[in-house]
Amino acid sequence: MTPTDGGPGEAPPVALRTEALEQLLTERGLVDPKVMNEIITTYETNVGPLNGAKVVARAWTDPEYRRRLLQDGTAAIKEFGFSGPQGEHIVVVENTATTHHVVVCTLCSCYPWPVLGLPPSWYKDPAYRARVVKEPRTVLSEMGLELDDDVRITVHDSTSEVRWLVLPERPAGTEHLSEEQLVPLVTREAMVGVAKVAAP
Amino acid sequence: MDGIADMGGTPGWGPVRPPRRDEPVFEEPWQGRAFALASLSGRIAFGGVNLDAFRHGLERLDRAAYLDEGYYGRWLNGAELMLTDSAVLAPGAIRARARNLRGERVEEPPIPEPAVPDYAPSAEGSLRPVDRPPAFAVGERVRTKAMSVPGHTRLPGYARGHTGIVEVVQPSFVLPDTNAHFQGENPQYVYSVRFDARELWGADAEPFAVTADLFENYLEATS
Repeated sequence: MTPTDGGPGEAPPVALRTEALEQLLTERGLVDPKVMNEIITTYETNVGPLNGAKVVARAWTDPEYRRRLLQDGTAAIKEFGFSGPQGEHIVVVENTATTHHVVVCTLCSCYPWPVLGLPPSWYKDPAYRARVVKEPRTVLSEMGLELDDDVRITVHDSTSEVRWLVLPERPAGTEHLSEEQLVPLVTREAMVGVAKVAAP
Repeated sequence: MDGIADMGGTPGWGPVRPPRRDEPVFEEPWQGRAFALASLSGRIAFGGVNLDAFRHGLERLDRAAYLDEGYYGRWLNGAELMLTDSAVLAPGAIRARARNLRGERVEEPPIPEPAVPDYAPSAEGSLRPVDRPPAFAVGERVRTKAMSVPGHTRLPGYARGHTGIVEVVQPSFVLPDTNAHFQGENPQYVYSVRFDARELWGADAEPFAVTADLFENYLEATS
């Protein structure tokens, strides 16, 4: 399996190797299972696309916030208290009727964790990483998003520590909804740019 | 580094995976454990966070170790490589313990002398201010170097040797190419460079643009 594995025979299953590594490091005091549990709980419960949805809903309802968000994404996002690993410098780009942004990391799976959580399977999949920089219109269509021919597509490849967040278009017919009512409409797919936000 | 991790534009991967509603963060418990272990492995291996060294570990995995066990399997294998490189673990230690966990009785290799590099990050994170102005300006035409790099780099293969326009001058960050190898932080400005699809993929490409976030070292001015 890995270049370090050595020894004959099939490698044990990855779940068992994970348990083995945890045991080896724990018994030497190098890892504290409680710290591990805190990391896991953080990403299972506290850090996820709901954070980004709050940012988007505010930008839709507060023009002054939207201006700040597009000018300095990191600072505007920090107003909500969202910061941390993979969120050191966040740039927000805005989708409109004629401009469409979509985000990828072709080299690994970089993703703005503080606002979207850990990336979903499709974002980490080789097919998405390989293809969206070469044929985005086809890829978006396969994912269910058909864009008019006159829409200008820009694909942002996250090849440094800059993290990209897409501010999706506010769907028509939601003018009467409050910021709180808009939050549940916003999906992580829309904030990566592979979907639009649907009206309720 | 040229290798499996550098996937942009490579053929043969088939259709994209459709998004799944309510996909769990970790499909199986081991994935959360592997994520947490890998997150902590830099501090254990070399006393600080070095994402670049971790990514370089992932890049050096063979195809099976990179692909077959999925994203968190990749992270576990990358962490193992990093911990073995720094001699926190002996080669084969995880595999031997895993076999013992399933009831085989195999001898485990002795714990090696740790080889922690004499190198620690100068500050948290990767942002590092520099006291010189950016070499390139918004709107300037730049060309990416056409280099193939044996070690770590964040200049993807598909973007090498191409001309684009600087769209955003981003802040300065630690240079992955040297930091991954513990050869210094060498902070550099990062430029979001816009490439026309036809420049990258030829005249028949779909009409669109790609921006890549490229370190100053990767770029040269065009006349």
